[in-house]
Amino acid sequence: MAGHEVSVRLTVDGTARQVDLDPRVTVLDALRDELGVMSVKKGCDHGQCGACTVIVDGRRILSCLALAASYDGADVTTAAGLGTTDHLNPMQQAFADRDALQCGYCTPGQVCSAVAMLEEARAGMPSHVSPDVSDTTVDLTDAEVRERMSGNLCRCGAYVNIVRAIQDVAGQDVARAGGGAA
Amino acid sequence: MKPFAYERPTTVEEAVALAADGGTYLAGGTNLVDHLRLGIREADRLVDLTRLPLDEITERADGGLVIGSGVRNSDLAAHPLVRTRFPFVTQALVAGASGQLRNMATTGGNLLQRTRCVYFQDPTTPCNKREPGSGCSAVEGFGRYNAILGASEDCVATHPSDLCVPLAALDTEVVVVGPSGERRIAFGDLHRLPGDRPDLDTTLDPGELVLAVEVPPLDFAVRSRYRKVRERASYAFALVSVAAALDVHDGTVRDVRLALGGVSHRPHRARIAEEALRGRPATPDQFRSAIEAELGAASPGEHNAFKVPLVRNTVVDVLTGLTEGSAA
Ligand SMILES: Cc1cc2nc3c(=O)[nH]c(=O)nc-3n(C[C@H](O)[C@H](O)[C@H](O)COP(=O)(O)OP(=O)(O)OC[C@H]3O[C@@H](n4cnc5c(N)ncnc54)[C@H](O)[C@@H]3O)c2cc1C
Ligand code: SF4
Ligand code: FES
Ligand code: FES
Repeated sequence: MAGHEVSVRLTVDGTARQVDLDPRVTVLDALRDELGVMSVKKGCDHGQCGACTVIVDGRRILSCLALAASYDGADVTTAAGLGTTDHLNPMQQAFADRDALQCGYCTPGQVCSAVAMLEEARAGMPSHVSPDVSDTTVDLTDAEVRERMSGNLCRCGAYVNIVRAIQDVAGQDVARAGGGAA
Repeated sequence: MKPFAYERPTTVEEAVALAADGGTYLAGGTNLVDHLRLGIREADRLVDLTRLPLDEITERADGGLVIGSGVRNSDLAAHPLVRTRFPFVTQALVAGASGQLRNMATTGGNLLQRTRCVYFQDPTTPCNKREPGSGCSAVEGFGRYNAILGASEDCVATHPSDLCVPLAALDTEVVVVGPSGERRIAFGDLHRLPGDRPDLDTTLDPGELVLAVEVPPLDFAVRSRYRKVRERASYAFALVSVAAALDVHDGTVRDVRLALGGVSHRPHRARIAEEALRGRPATPDQFRSAIEAELGAASPGEHNAFKVPLVRNTVVDVLTGLTEGSAA
């Protein structure tokens, strides 16, 4: 019958959680309203801004369009799960170093998106600006970073520094990969 | 959002049975969840398809592909056989939505997504598609995105999908299963023109589930291109788009596949232009007269008249580009 609650299990930033929910509740609302996880933000609630981006089983998604019931069993990482104030994730550190924010509202979504985006690029995922989509090695130019991050809007327009922050981390990866190969 | 029950079947049989009596399929949710929230759609019971074994891409013996309806747009785009044999499919996918959305959106959901007509998405305005008989606000209203081919006086909406444009250019088949069994639908017969029933987007029967999309082999699709024209560089729907594959030999068009997005209630296979090109010289002049023949039936309004020259120029440019590539 309509209106019955469903039991949903989520691992949130490393901690197993369980909650009974109305099936209409999204992952975003489950996190914020039911589980008190405030490191995920609600912007448009329509899939248009990226503020609600979280990483689920390694992939970035929009939690505002994800029904929690459908994500039963998922491993969810929010910006708080990437690092702590004492031990920032390299991406968080780069955002701080590069002043890649003003009000900070879009930042948790930007950081989650950027971390997962670098994984996608490393795995050879093509983008709209890739010169040849059959090429599985991605040259992460600024144009590539901008295109791959186009689902994350910033009302404060911190884009220039966001790209720099992401390039800092991408550069570290390249340095590390080069070191490993040698 | 009206309350609904939620079911998560693990077999296709269960899913079809659950949908047969009043269920609505949920895949990635990127279109449906938004519509439920906007109140432009209601459901009594959601039948979640994400645990069905429909997320594989397999190669047929003839080199064609069987794409499960649950395959996510990002996985389809990145698949080695898709990006090498049918690059315009990958190009169309990565031109759509955003990285996050492509990780969620499925092949089946992409085919069956509803129009982005602004009035359809606004429950306070008349719309024959949302509320049959209430009228069409777009005929007299904001018309930039309206159809130029195959529209009716009851609806001038366009189909929003990028993926569907190359799929229309290929002789794709859609495999569906419903309460009365399995059937195959030629891609061109899946989506409807609006006529006097704009509430129906497709020819699917109620409760029918899309199992897979089958793409037959097409050797010259290795030389294919998807070009999307939109109002900003990224993260926007198409004004118009063009999917083309071209086979040129000694300066003559041996074969061609051409489809258009943003022009009609369904992805538009440009068969008149294709016919006009086979056996003709592969020159910009021929490309132009072929697409002009296709657009002869266009009936644009005041706000979307720009689409006619935009489609023409984009087609000429895409085909010319493909010709240059093949000179080598
Ligand atoms: C901000 C934004 C920007 C976007 N930009 C683009 C763009 O530029 N280009 C583009 O092409 N798309 C774009 N999209 C649309 C997106 O591609 C679609 O929402 C998505 O493909 C739908 O897939 P889904 O799996 O999420 O479907 P759902 O939302 O789960 O379902 C959509 C519909 O399909 C039905 N359905 C789903 N799977 C099946 C099945 N197997 N059998 C039968 N019925 C089924 C559902 O019942 C529902 O009616 C955008 C979306 C958003 C939110
Ligand atoms: S064009 Fe179609 S979808 Fe848009 S308002 Fe008219 S009837 Fe509705
Ligand atoms: S809140 Fe999810 S995309 Fe804007
Ligand atoms: S820093 Fe304010 S919205 Fe991005």
